[in-house]
Amino acid sequence: MNNTDIFDLSSAQAVAAIDAGTLSSGELFDAYRARASNDELNCFTWLAEQAPKDATTPPSQSPLNGVPLAVKDLFCTEGVPSQSGSRILEGYRPPYTATAVARLEEAGATLLGKTNQDEFAMGSSTENSAYGPVRNPWDPERVPGGSSGGSAAAVAAGLAPWALGTDTGGSIRQPAALCGIVGLKPTYGAVSRYGMIAFASSLDQAGPLTRDVTDAALMLRHMVGRDPRDATSLQFPEEVSLPSAERLDGVRLGVPQELTGEGIEGGVLEAFQATLARAEELGAQVHSVQLPHAPHALSAYYILAPAECSSNLARFDGVRYGARAQDAHDLLDMYTRTRHDGFGAEVKRRIMLGTYALSSGYYDAYYGRAQRVRTKIAEDFKAAFAEVDLIVTPTAPTVAFRLGEKTADPWSMYLNDYCTVPMSLAGIPAISIPCGLSEGLPVGFQIAGPVFSENRLLDAAYALEQVLGFDGSPARVSGAGGPA
Amino acid sequence: MIDRDEVLHVARLARLQLSEQEVQAMTGELSAVLDHIAKIGELDLDNVSPTSHVVEVTGALRPDEPVASLTREVALAQAPAVSGDGFLVPSPQA
Amino acid sequence: MSAAAVEYEPVIGLEIHVQLATRTKMFCGCELSFGDPPNTHTCPVCLGLPGSLPVANARAVHFGLMIGMALGCELAPRSIFHRKNYFYPDLPKGYQISQYDEPLCSGGHLGDVRIHRVHLEEDAAKLVHVGASGRIHGSDASIVDFNRGGTPLAEIVTEPDLRSGEQAREWLTLLRTTLRQLGVSDVNMEEGSLRCDANISVRPVGTQALGVKTELKNMNSFRFIERGIRAEVSRQQKLLGEGGQVVQETLHFDPASERITSLRSKEEAHDYRYFPEPDLLPVAIEQAMLEEARAAMPELPAARAQRLEQEVGLSSDSAHQLAFRADLGDYFEAALSAKVDPAPPAQALANWVAGDLVGRLGGDDGEGAGGGAGGDPNHSRVQASALAALVGLVSAKRISVGAGRQVLDRLVAEGGDPLAIVQSEGLEAMDGGEDLSAIVAAALTANADAAERVRGGNAKAIGPIIGHVMRETKGRADGGEVTRLVNEQLGL
Repeated sequence: MNNTDIFDLSSAQAVAAIDAGTLSSGELFDAYRARASNDELNCFTWLAEQAPKDATTPPSQSPLNGVPLAVKDLFCTEGVPSQSGSRILEGYRPPYTATAVARLEEAGATLLGKTNQDEFAMGSSTENSAYGPVRNPWDPERVPGGSSGGSAAAVAAGLAPWALGTDTGGSIRQPAALCGIVGLKPTYGAVSRYGMIAFASSLDQAGPLTRDVTDAALMLRHMVGRDPRDATSLQFPEEVSLPSAERLDGVRLGVPQELTGEGIEGGVLEAFQATLARAEELGAQVHSVQLPHAPHALSAYYILAPAECSSNLARFDGVRYGARAQDAHDLLDMYTRTRHDGFGAEVKRRIMLGTYALSSGYYDAYYGRAQRVRTKIAEDFKAAFAEVDLIVTPTAPTVAFRLGEKTADPWSMYLNDYCTVPMSLAGIPAISIPCGLSEGLPVGFQIAGPVFSENRLLDAAYALEQVLGFDGSPARVSGAGGPA
Repeated sequence: MIDRDEVLHVARLARLQLSEQEVQAMTGELSAVLDHIAKIGELDLDNVSPTSHVVEVTGALRPDEPVASLTREVALAQAPAVSGDGFLVPSPQA
Repeated sequence: MSAAAVEYEPVIGLEIHVQLATRTKMFCGCELSFGDPPNTHTCPVCLGLPGSLPVANARAVHFGLMIGMALGCELAPRSIFHRKNYFYPDLPKGYQISQYDEPLCSGGHLGDVRIHRVHLEEDAAKLVHVGASGRIHGSDASIVDFNRGGTPLAEIVTEPDLRSGEQAREWLTLLRTTLRQLGVSDVNMEEGSLRCDANISVRPVGTQALGVKTELKNMNSFRFIERGIRAEVSRQQKLLGEGGQVVQETLHFDPASERITSLRSKEEAHDYRYFPEPDLLPVAIEQAMLEEARAAMPELPAARAQRLEQEVGLSSDSAHQLAFRADLGDYFEAALSAKVDPAPPAQALANWVAGDLVGRLGGDDGEGAGGGAGGDPNHSRVQASALAALVGLVSAKRISVGAGRQVLDRLVAEGGDPLAIVQSEGLEAMDGGEDLSAIVAAALTANADAAERVRGGNAKAIGPIIGHVMRETKGRADGGEVTRLVNEQLGL
């Protein structure tokens, strides 16, 4: 099979081609390895030298047949740099592998490389990486979104067949939207967090970034399940099936007024409305619903997530691993300079914000209130799902913006998560699929459902995907060996 | 919303050294963010219980059965400073 | 009223940390160890490596429930782990997983001291100060060993119901026996599996409001706790008596100098920023867990003392002595049930166990492992049935008390069968016949002065005479019989 053909295959198609004997997993790996090594978007922080020996001769019984996988840097991979985009973990090689990665490898996926990300997953543009910003293959002057920007850009540019990311407040869905690919945040607890370098423990979820909906289902199938090493992980109640729906007859789609009005860019809203119309053509009923507390989700999120992160990142103290400031004259000096030198500006900002929100005298006003807002948001969704099957919104309020455009004003950057954070707080699954272009840049369409409704989400997304016929190839062309 | 002294206090709690420039920037940025966040203060949240965990499952306990530990070499491998068989740190008593 | 006229009463509460005797750590599968080479019992979880997650040990929860039951606590159907955030090199994650406002157990009492709460948490690692020898860039150094880090702890907090150091010591002895009986901990202060801090304040007698308290930290024996509390109480009483004020602070008691020093750190007051641990779900106590804990509950010291007194017929003192030291109680009960002829009376047996035997086993201040490795009769050479047989022989006057003690010396040193020792040594009691009469007569002759004084009414002067007889008879003579013969031959 020639290389052009190889890169046209989705992961599911590549698995089938290897099954059929028209492609070997070694050939597939080498093709992607070569292409990824010409990465001009700064997607990768580490690339495998070669496929592991046992994958070059594909175990045909393995469901993923050795298809290469790009993995967000914050997943621990034994003996392989796992730096979470941070200077403080430069060169850190963990002694163990994250459960989500291990499960995908057990299913036959091969580690292709580690992808760049916002430091400790804090950011919406992948500009907050100690290893340099990632560029959007649709326009290298623009950001890919974040924090899983390296994973999203790599898949969009065809540097990897698919990638693993994490989503805390939108970190899979928003970059998927900005890069014109599919991104799924599963139900909180569906995928083990063991080995994911934590940002905000009560929100972090691993999920797929893929070229199409079928690939997202295929990857998810091999990630889910209870892990005895993650007390918050859950048994997925059914098999994740590959989607096949062609129609949306009788499916009630809820459009929350709060997330589809003010603050959403005109071109994005247009693409969103057009997609709703296609959904109706497929038989869906579109209803207006209310999520009264959704406008407060961002505030609650920017208390809860920083609070958890301020605690989660306390372990980076220069004692057991990672960087340590040199020539400290005492312990306090060692701590404060290690953390000053090791963390970037956004991480420091969130550590400060979270420490403040938890500190004596402020807990009730901030953390306590935010937890109650979280309760109200979850209740809003419950009430809405009594009336509709799925809730749809634009994934991000804008298309990909220019590098540097929002770095000076933190809140303007945080607004990227406006439509994705409510689902994160409620712990429910949501998928973003590309639904068209605005100003020549991709727009994402978000579909959310109740807890463990992944199969229904994937079916709806698949049916829409078929009629939308989004063409992601411009990014793949521009991403290969630099902008076309 | 947050003043310089509070920023310095919080930085100390978080064990973050901040340069004078960073203190100034942080004071302004955090105040701006806190202004936005303060809107949740307007909500009536009496009688609303807090959510710590979105999924409430129980029984997630571990049987008291040993699993292999790391070797000392592996445990110490990534440490910035080691002395003999332990992690070396500036003494808290110093 | 002058300040000197005010009498101040001590108010003391205790915080006890107990390392639980599980096989593995609180939140990971590393085996617990004591004395193993440093950093050989660690994993990503207890080293706080990035990405690792805690999962609570079911047995630690089980032990926590047993402690709660033993102390009559209310057991929370749902309890929550919190993070207690602070930086220290022995705390790998930058926070300790502990319990805060929803602990596993609340309320309860042991004896006349009320329990405030019992909660579960993880122990810190061990930090060894190596000082200037390991200097890092001009700073003294410490070395961290994470073997201990993550060991399950139960923290038991009392209400401020204690009024003296002596009472604190006695109560801690009861608590330790209770915990040992439960089998939930080694409760060994030397090895750190039982640690105690005391909160101490004083207030004018007759008032209710609590005074400003100080915290006396890390006293490593019950005697030091007693002395430390006593010293701190006098310090506070003196301070207030002189018109001064007590400052809330953490203190250290140096048993060598009896001096109290402040541990006040250079740092600002702690702000632990507690919040619910998002990596752990609330612990729900299900019926099955309660039943399992209930089924595992042994007889506790208070109940045992009552049974030994009422059913076995021991004196109250003996019953408590044996019940509050489980090793003695167990040994006593094993001896009592041994099939020996003649059978020993229970009270005599109790006296021998708690008196002669314990005395010979190197004693026990009640603080070593299992009551002091040397002090536990269960680990001695003296079989419980052998002691029963020995006491049976003494009680039946088949041998004298003195001979009995000689036999016990042999048993302690070598073990064996008391009857065989009696026979091989010829220790059977001598009756009051010709032989003994002749030896007494000889003793009176040899100790004429003493005999004269006894005759003159000084009963205490009999000592040298009896000593002479005992030497001659190698202790086989019965002391009562010798006295009778002395008196008879002196015509008294």
